[in-house]
Amino acid sequence: MIEVTGLSKRYGTHLAVKDVSFSIEKGEVIGFLGPNGAGKSTIMNILTGYLSLTQGKVEIDGYDITEYPEDAKRRIGYLPEIPPLYIDMKVREYLNFIYDLKKVKFPKKPHIDEILRLVKIDNVQNRLIKNLSKGYRQRVGFAQALIGNPDVLILDEPTVGLDPKQIIEIRNLISRLGKNHTIILSSHILSEIQAVCKRVIIINHGQIIADDTPENLSNKMSNDHSLVARVVCGEQDMLDALRSVKGVKSVTSLGKKEENSFDFLIEPENGADIRGAVSARIAERGKTLLSLTSNKMSLEQIFLRLTEAADNDEAKRMLGFEKTADEKSVRIELDGDGVTVKTDKEDKE
Amino acid sequence: MNAVFKREFRSYFSTPIGFIVIAAFYFFLGLYFSIIYQGGSPEISMVIMAMSTVAVFTMPVLTMRLMSEDRRQKVDQALLTAPVKLTGIVLGKFFAALAVFAIGFAPTIIFEIIIASYISVNVMSYIYALFGMLLLGSALIAIGMFISSLTESSVISAILTLVINILVLYMSNFAGMIKISWLATVVEKAAFISAAQNFGENVLSVPDILYFVSISAAFLFLCVRSLDKRRWA
Repeated sequence: MIEVTGLSKRYGTHLAVKDVSFSIEKGEVIGFLGPNGAGKSTIMNILTGYLSLTQGKVEIDGYDITEYPEDAKRRIGYLPEIPPLYIDMKVREYLNFIYDLKKVKFPKKPHIDEILRLVKIDNVQNRLIKNLSKGYRQRVGFAQALIGNPDVLILDEPTVGLDPKQIIEIRNLISRLGKNHTIILSSHILSEIQAVCKRVIIINHGQIIADDTPENLSNKMSNDHSLVARVVCGEQDMLDALRSVKGVKSVTSLGKKEENSFDFLIEPENGADIRGAVSARIAERGKTLLSLTSNKMSLEQIFLRLTEAADNDEAKRMLGFEKTADEKSVRIELDGDGVTVKTDKEDKE
Repeated sequence: MNAVFKREFRSYFSTPIGFIVIAAFYFFLGLYFSIIYQGGSPEISMVIMAMSTVAVFTMPVLTMRLMSEDRRQKVDQALLTAPVKLTGIVLGKFFAALAVFAIGFAPTIIFEIIIASYISVNVMSYIYALFGMLLLGSALIAIGMFISSLTESSVISAILTLVINILVLYMSNFAGMIKISWLATVVEKAAFISAAQNFGENVLSVPDILYFVSISAAFLFLCVRSLDKRRWA
């Protein structure tokens, strides 16, 4: 549905987006993640034809955004970071205008009624936009993107300024729309991306540094099978006891997290499964094991680790791959029981 | 283009701008008419031509927000990502402003009827004058729109437009100060007021029509380019 190849954008001497490539299948829901100024909005603005591109190619449903802008734009609904609203218009009047502007073919009144209901703004449809709260304005912006029922929705931080209840509503709406739309959304709220997106693209300094499912990223990033054990015991005794378990590389105490107990981070040698051995050793010492969890990283931690990495090459090393000259973008895929690293080239074949 | 035209036209009257401009027109039209009426030789074309001064001062108000406001409020993101051509957007806005300008001349029809009721009038001279004023107006609107597209601030746009309007309309007054004779002639002939003059004298001059049409087209084209250029910034 969306094909981006070798996309670059230069502002004067500043290269805001560097050689970005990815492809999105019909019906996928993709999360764009990255710190401020990473180039997320720039990429979204290029995909929607608002900004030109310096190099590369963007295709929406087979239509090149530079060569056939109108055909490409017709397939996109865009909610920019700041919702594009004429504040001197009433909600319904504004949506009527967008309907006319986009030259939509559906019957006007039922189509707009449906969208008003969908984003829950039918109760404010006759109010001036300038009198609406931030949350409502955001939803009018959302409604504007949905007009014409485009196949692709590009949402730049769609839940900014909403209260927690509205965030959940919009999130549910995105999930529902995700069933028959292709959606790209960017967000700073990582749990949101985790909740609605099947695939995450992490962008830093204008480059893609990771493109994978949240689970795979987590697996890749965490030291395999390292564990956190919470045990009712004395700290030093247990450290010694755990260190002598076969297959354990190192044990660090994480201190007291709960009364009478200590937490220990246990790292195994070469990804060995040591769960059984560890719990057996604790039982052997007559101590109580309160919990034993695998130390998987949350998306939040992954995000911080990757984006704080001094440069993008370091981030790629963290993910366990090195970019080579002819590999435009590398994807890690989990098929069956093995992890395979695929390049764009192989994808196309 | 229709959607943009409708929106812009309505927006003139959902804010005070449209009313203020039209009120100014009606006030001065009434004033000039009563002066001419009392003078004893009522000639509506004179009233219409006298409005060029009012146009110079009201036009910046009509055009100042046309392009700059979209950019300031980021609405341009909705316009430029919609499946429409830039030319359509620009023309829609242009015709909306021109329509408000045209409405400003509506009372002249009443004046013409009043005069026609007791002396014979030359309807063509009325129509020529009106046509000339619309041509002048479209050139001024196109210039104002282009200036508005260069900035995010409607105040800067208004002031700059006012200065340039005064200059292009009355530059013939400075022609005498220019020592180079050919340049003086160019300045004198190119001034909008000289080009508009013929229309007030019951003459439909093709060169003047072409002059105003090409000025309008040139600045509308520049306005489109200026929108497009922003995408490449």
